[in-house]
Amino acid sequence: MILKKKTLLIKEGSQLAQEHAAPIHGKDEGTTTGLSHRKMLMWAFLGSDCMFFGSLIATYLVYQGKSLEGPLPIDVFDIPVTSISTFVLLMSSMSMVLAYSALTKNNMKGFRIWMISTAIMGATFIGFQVYEFSSFANHHVEIDCVSPGELTKYEQHIFDDGCSSGEAHAESHEGLKPQTNLFGTTFYTLTGFHGAHVTLGIVWLLSLLLLSFKKGVITPEKNLDVDLAALYWHFVDVVWIVIFTVVYLFGVFPGF
Amino acid sequence: MSTFPISIPRPVHPTGIWGWFTTVDHKRIGILYGVTAFIMFLTGGVEAILMRVQLAGPELDIVSAAVFNQLFTMHGTTMIFLAVMPLSAAFFNFIIPLQIGARDVAFPRLNAFSYWTFLAGALMLKLSWIGGATDAGWFGYAPLTSVAQNPGTGIDFWIISLQILGIASLAASFNFIVTVINMRAPGMTMMRLPLFTWMSFITAILLVLAFPVITVALIELTFDRYFMFNFFNVANGGSVVLWQHLFWVFGHPEVYILILPAMGIVSEVLPVFSKKPLFGYKTVVLAGIIIAFMGWMVWSHHMFTVGLGAVANAVFTVTTMLIAVPTGIKVFNWLGTIWGGSIRFTTPMLFSLGFIAMFLMGGISGVMHAVSPSDAQQQDTYFIPAHLHYVLFGGAIMGILSGIFYWFPKYSGKMYSERQGKISFWLIMIGQNVTFFPMHFVGLDGMPRRIYTYADNMGWNFWNGVTTGGAFILVLGFLLVVDNIGRHWKNGEPAPSDPWDARTLEWSISSPPPEYNFEEIPIVRSLDAWWETKQGEAHKEVPASGGSGENGHDIHLPQPSYWPFVSAAGLFIAAYGVVFNDLLIPWGLAAIGLTIGFVGVYAWSLEPVNDPEEEDSTH
Amino acid sequence: MRLQKISKTSFLIATTLLTLLITACYPDHNQSTFGPQGPVAKSQLDLFWWIFWGGLVVFVLVEGALVYAMIKFRVRSESDIPAQTHGNTRLEIIWTAIPALLLLIIMVPTINGLFYMYEAPKTTKPEHTLEAIGHQWWFEFRYPDPTNSEKEIVTANEVYIPVGYPVAINLESVDVIHSFWVPKLAGKTDMVPSEGNFMWFQADEPGEYYGQCAEYCGTSHANMKFKVIAVPEPDFKSWLQVQSNPALESSDPLVQEGAGVFKSAGCTGCHATKTVVNKGSKGRVGPNLAHVASRRNLAAGMLRNSDENGSVNAALLQKNLRTWLQDPNEVKPGNLMSSGAQVYTDPDKKLTEEQISQLVHYLSSLK
Repeated sequence: MILKKKTLLIKEGSQLAQEHAAPIHGKDEGTTTGLSHRKMLMWAFLGSDCMFFGSLIATYLVYQGKSLEGPLPIDVFDIPVTSISTFVLLMSSMSMVLAYSALTKNNMKGFRIWMISTAIMGATFIGFQVYEFSSFANHHVEIDCVSPGELTKYEQHIFDDGCSSGEAHAESHEGLKPQTNLFGTTFYTLTGFHGAHVTLGIVWLLSLLLLSFKKGVITPEKNLDVDLAALYWHFVDVVWIVIFTVVYLFGVFPGF
Repeated sequence: MSTFPISIPRPVHPTGIWGWFTTVDHKRIGILYGVTAFIMFLTGGVEAILMRVQLAGPELDIVSAAVFNQLFTMHGTTMIFLAVMPLSAAFFNFIIPLQIGARDVAFPRLNAFSYWTFLAGALMLKLSWIGGATDAGWFGYAPLTSVAQNPGTGIDFWIISLQILGIASLAASFNFIVTVINMRAPGMTMMRLPLFTWMSFITAILLVLAFPVITVALIELTFDRYFMFNFFNVANGGSVVLWQHLFWVFGHPEVYILILPAMGIVSEVLPVFSKKPLFGYKTVVLAGIIIAFMGWMVWSHHMFTVGLGAVANAVFTVTTMLIAVPTGIKVFNWLGTIWGGSIRFTTPMLFSLGFIAMFLMGGISGVMHAVSPSDAQQQDTYFIPAHLHYVLFGGAIMGILSGIFYWFPKYSGKMYSERQGKISFWLIMIGQNVTFFPMHFVGLDGMPRRIYTYADNMGWNFWNGVTTGGAFILVLGFLLVVDNIGRHWKNGEPAPSDPWDARTLEWSISSPPPEYNFEEIPIVRSLDAWWETKQGEAHKEVPASGGSGENGHDIHLPQPSYWPFVSAAGLFIAAYGVVFNDLLIPWGLAAIGLTIGFVGVYAWSLEPVNDPEEEDSTH
Repeated sequence: MRLQKISKTSFLIATTLLTLLITACYPDHNQSTFGPQGPVAKSQLDLFWWIFWGGLVVFVLVEGALVYAMIKFRVRSESDIPAQTHGNTRLEIIWTAIPALLLLIIMVPTINGLFYMYEAPKTTKPEHTLEAIGHQWWFEFRYPDPTNSEKEIVTANEVYIPVGYPVAINLESVDVIHSFWVPKLAGKTDMVPSEGNFMWFQADEPGEYYGQCAEYCGTSHANMKFKVIAVPEPDFKSWLQVQSNPALESSDPLVQEGAGVFKSAGCTGCHATKTVVNKGSKGRVGPNLAHVASRRNLAAGMLRNSDENGSVNAALLQKNLRTWLQDPNEVKPGNLMSSGAQVYTDPDKKLTEEQISQLVHYLSSLK
């Protein structure tokens, strides 16, 4: 919406000026707060998305420890591997910050390099997720009936079922699928939606990257689109930190 | 021209039907919402009448059990999501920019998108009657909604329509939040906002936070139904009570979403027709904020009988009773507004006064429900529909009717018939009480709700007959409303800009307003800025918006666009593709719809708000 | 002035009439909450009356003020501009504090009533602790077997209880959420699949109490009713004794033919005629029919077999059995028998009139 400034002829410091809600002198004049509309929209959207992930996390927590059968977190999680992918995602947030900073300093080459780094790191994270999902789904357990060692609850079930009539090994190829138990259902749904958010973010970043090659679309002054994408990207990262803590770390420590 | 690979010309000054398809003007979008929602309201009314005819006497056979169960489900879902919410949205759209002194909303295309998406969701829900509509109640408790209990497509249509409607509501709410915060005329601080805009703003915030919760609940149900997940699968350890929690965490704020805009309308109408300011403006605003905040803490009062235990029930009893306090404050402040005033009993004023009377009664029965031991006798009986119809019909609908008549001159440019309006008010007022008051009796007399028939020896015959009679009085009242509004929109007396001698900025411009709303954006110096101007108190003056159209050359309005409609159409197709996911190619239709939607959104994001060529940089 | 006096008087008359109408006309029919016959229902009704009278006072005061204001402050002259009062903080504080205080006061008996209804009295006996299991669309009841703690006695749709003793009920469901509601004895508690709920009540007088499912549970939710029959404790014990044994076998050849049809038509697949089962065992798909001929109603309260005084009328029973067997869907749309039993789904296996008569003979012998 473009409005000529004719109507806003108010002298600075005049009584009239003082009677107004003082606009924060940001880059956007013409808005009551000085903040751009789209930035505010992004914040409102992120607030909404908080409730979205909050409900999924609440569902996960309600069902934590309530699965009747099937693999549990301690059976499938590989914390070292997931820590790496978490680190990669966190670093991608840093490269996003560097991308925006480069843009504002008119370093278009730097901007493009950091943007593609962010996208690549995001894609790496997704790659790890895909690997993780498929390894969970194909999780198989083999237990030596003679000397089983320390068994998790799930492994105990397999032992009880398979070792009762003197076999050498007990096996299960069941794997963890969303249909397997409550853990599978809630885990895949929560992390799947997070992954979908990351994927959308990657598409967004690559689009901005391509658009930056068109003259005048993304400039040091016209950097709002990148700013908004960065906000979104950081939000998705923060959500992952919560998920990693609540689902992964709490899932494998005893007592939870 | 856009930066899209294929050059698609933008609509330039489209007229006629194309004008409506591509409009981004908040006033037109408001009218689209209002007309569509009113039609949906009438379909919900037909569903109600069919139920009432079936229940007019014991053991009747007008409709079968299966059809009746679809009727009450569709009636509830229609009235809440297709009638009250979008009727409120119609007013948000038309009125908020005018009240804050703006030329449009923050995101005009998003606004258009939210309307078309609403239409998509509404059509999908209503069309689901073909082939069997949803029949699990409007709050769809698990496991009745499971694929084992309900294998047909009815539930799927219900789920997907609600998701589509959710997208529409969210889009609209984001828009209004940014608009109200960021587009106020100079001098309009938050505490100078008209009450309707304030309540609508609070409603938008509630929506933005509450809708994602039902989105998640519906996604979980969808995954259970389509992919055998375990969210509500009791056999694999799932809990059906989880559905109730998720639903009502959304559902309770939802009822405040339904009532706050109507309260906002009443808070506008009462001062105008008492010729006095709203009593305790700050308090009423604060009460609205407190209600919105406390509304998050009461949800389990819908679950008092599900077995949460004495402690949980006690907590929710206390919070529910406490929420009566800010609600009561509003009622008293309304009384304080008319007290000592000079009251004109116009149609909008009658409806607003009726709101107070009816909402109070609904509030009292609400306190009865809050007391959970006696709620154990009231829950799932007709006592609950008695309460809810007093607050939602006697409250929300009457408030909305008040707005329909109050702002009629502004949005249509004509005057309605006052006499016909008054008659329709009395018919609706009497009809409402004859229909819903007896429900208190039969409810406490042991009649459960959601039953398609009842035995002859239960003693419920008489009052059910009365209720049915009342429903027909309501039909009469609404026929008069439709006639009044419809006829006079076309042929009524032209309306002046300020027929009511009102208080807020929308009355300072012509009826209907010009496309750009204000020639000059007003500078606001007080609450009720327009009223203060008229009283001639120079130090509080709003510069008159008059003068020739010379300033109009400088005003650039957002230009029409195809993309909101295209995106919504894509969503609509995708929605059908989710329900019918096994046509030629599995999920093929959904993919097509999503692609169209994606193309729409992509093109939209690349299309500037206004094409550069249109801007004349000479001034 | 005169107009004001008339308005005031008519307003007072209207209010008085309305109050009388509301209070004098409260209903008290078969399933009414206004005729409590036990302590739980009484305590819940007492609370209701508290809120009702409080609410009525609020209603009269506020609506009265509204009507008064509408009359007194109606426009006299169009050019009148009344004093532009913006508010009165003191008044607002008062009318915030008073309702808050009133609500806080009501909370005390409310919380008391809450805990009262959730905790069964300590004197509740184990033999009076029952199980109610919801099915679409009938109620299964189980009693602990007084002779064997590993066993339960199963019946359906009628639950006998001893007068004057607190009865505890554990509630469950096999399919969707139902709700156990017998208004004259207690408010309802839901029967949720996989979650055990609990309620207790007591009948102070002997009698037949109407109950109905109070949570929408599908097509025939309206048709899911039950009866609570309170009898003196000795009668309760002897009833339970009869229930725990199968019905006396009749030597009537018609009855025996009927027993044969009962087997050959596949009825035994869903309906048991033995009532003693292992504790916690899975129930049958259909109601237990061991003593169906002594039940006052059929099809979960849909068809009445008995006279006013409660004793079963043989002719009515037979008529009802016949009605049910001819077309269960007429009585209970969507029921599982019509949709699942071969004699209804397969036109070749349809029951003949003769077979129906034999079944009626057999079933009406199961007293």
